[in-house]
Amino acid sequence: MLFSIFGLVSASFFMNKDAVDVAFTEAAVGAGISPLLMLATLAIVGRYQNTKALPTRPLISLTIVTITGALLIIGTLDMPAFGAADAPSQLHVAPRYIQDSVEEIGIPNMVTSVLASYRAYDTLGEVAVIFTAGIGVLSLLAFSHANRKEKHLIDDIIELDEHKILRIVIKILVAPILIFALYVQFHGDFGPGGGFQAGVIFAAAIILYTLFFGINVGKKVVNLSIVRVFSAIGLLLYGSVGVVSFVSGKNYLDYHVLAENPQTAQHIGIVVIELGVGITVACVMMLIFFAFFERIGKDKVE
Amino acid sequence: MIIFDLLNYWVVIILMMIGFFIVISRGNLVKKIIGLNIFQVSVFIFYISVGNVRGGTAPIFLEGATLYSNPLPHVLILTAIVVGIATTALALSLVIRIKASYGTIEETEILEQDKQ
Repeated sequence: MLFSIFGLVSASFFMNKDAVDVAFTEAAVGAGISPLLMLATLAIVGRYQNTKALPTRPLISLTIVTITGALLIIGTLDMPAFGAADAPSQLHVAPRYIQDSVEEIGIPNMVTSVLASYRAYDTLGEVAVIFTAGIGVLSLLAFSHANRKEKHLIDDIIELDEHKILRIVIKILVAPILIFALYVQFHGDFGPGGGFQAGVIFAAAIILYTLFFGINVGKKVVNLSIVRVFSAIGLLLYGSVGVVSFVSGKNYLDYHVLAENPQTAQHIGIVVIELGVGITVACVMMLIFFAFFERIGKDKVE
Repeated sequence: MIIFDLLNYWVVIILMMIGFFIVISRGNLVKKIIGLNIFQVSVFIFYISVGNVRGGTAPIFLEGATLYSNPLPHVLILTAIVVGIATTALALSLVIRIKASYGTIEETEILEQDKQ
């Protein structure tokens, strides 16, 4: 719970500091999905700490931490004042992004143009990392296919206390959340948003639904084997945009081959790769969620 | 005033040190991951603080606006958040597997079992 509030507070901080895109992501991830995974893990491994096992060196660690912190604070004394417009970090590549991106890329949201065009390599790498982490979770918590009608402990809990009002509210809410996710996905060029946020919001809607109706119902809504295939398709879609420009004799992920008009070309490229990002992120988040929650009750908890 | 100019960075450092302290002083693996997460968020806040420009607006093109925040840290951090949750999930699933095979998630007990 505290963790979730922490996520929400940091999201509002980002909002306050003009980082709307970041605030969006943090609100969905920090306040939603990440505490959920923590809770699931605690439900699996047991929630009580063995007090005997507590290491007896708090003093040493406290000293180390204090010294490191003091050194870092001394380091900040040389830093430019917070919010100064002439700080070194604002004078390197940022002016180019801010002044030229609207003309070069043709979309008003600079964050999206940097993410999907100037630094598309980076983003490709990050999507690959997310995909790999998803594979890692699946291989660690591999769920069994033997019995499809398997009972899950979490389902019993959900059935036990039937939250009728909440269920109706969720039923009403899920559709707008999904539409909102699509809006965020395709409006990311003009307003805050993009593939990463949309993917997380989309997954959050499904997760919310599953939490109130049980895993077996949730699995009827989303077919996990299709989700698994799509998590790879998203990444492939992203990579193949690069291959298209590769084959046409330009650099990898150079969108100018996609259309005559450079701005249109950039636009097509960005929409396609954002779609790839969105698909992968949404699918991986759903896979991770199901992997965790199916595991609850499978291991012995003392 | 130097205090107001650097206050943000100091808060970041305090947050970071809280996370660091949890990581090195707690033997419970779940708590370690929570500590790492706090550490991670402090780095996010640091990046966003560096990219912030006083009097600037969000980096979305606006008629008449001349001063924008730096879009680059925003890009780096928004991808880092999603990557962060994916890697956290990986770490948590490792913890679950450790629990399944060792029966405990306390660092000292795991080390003891390894010695035997």
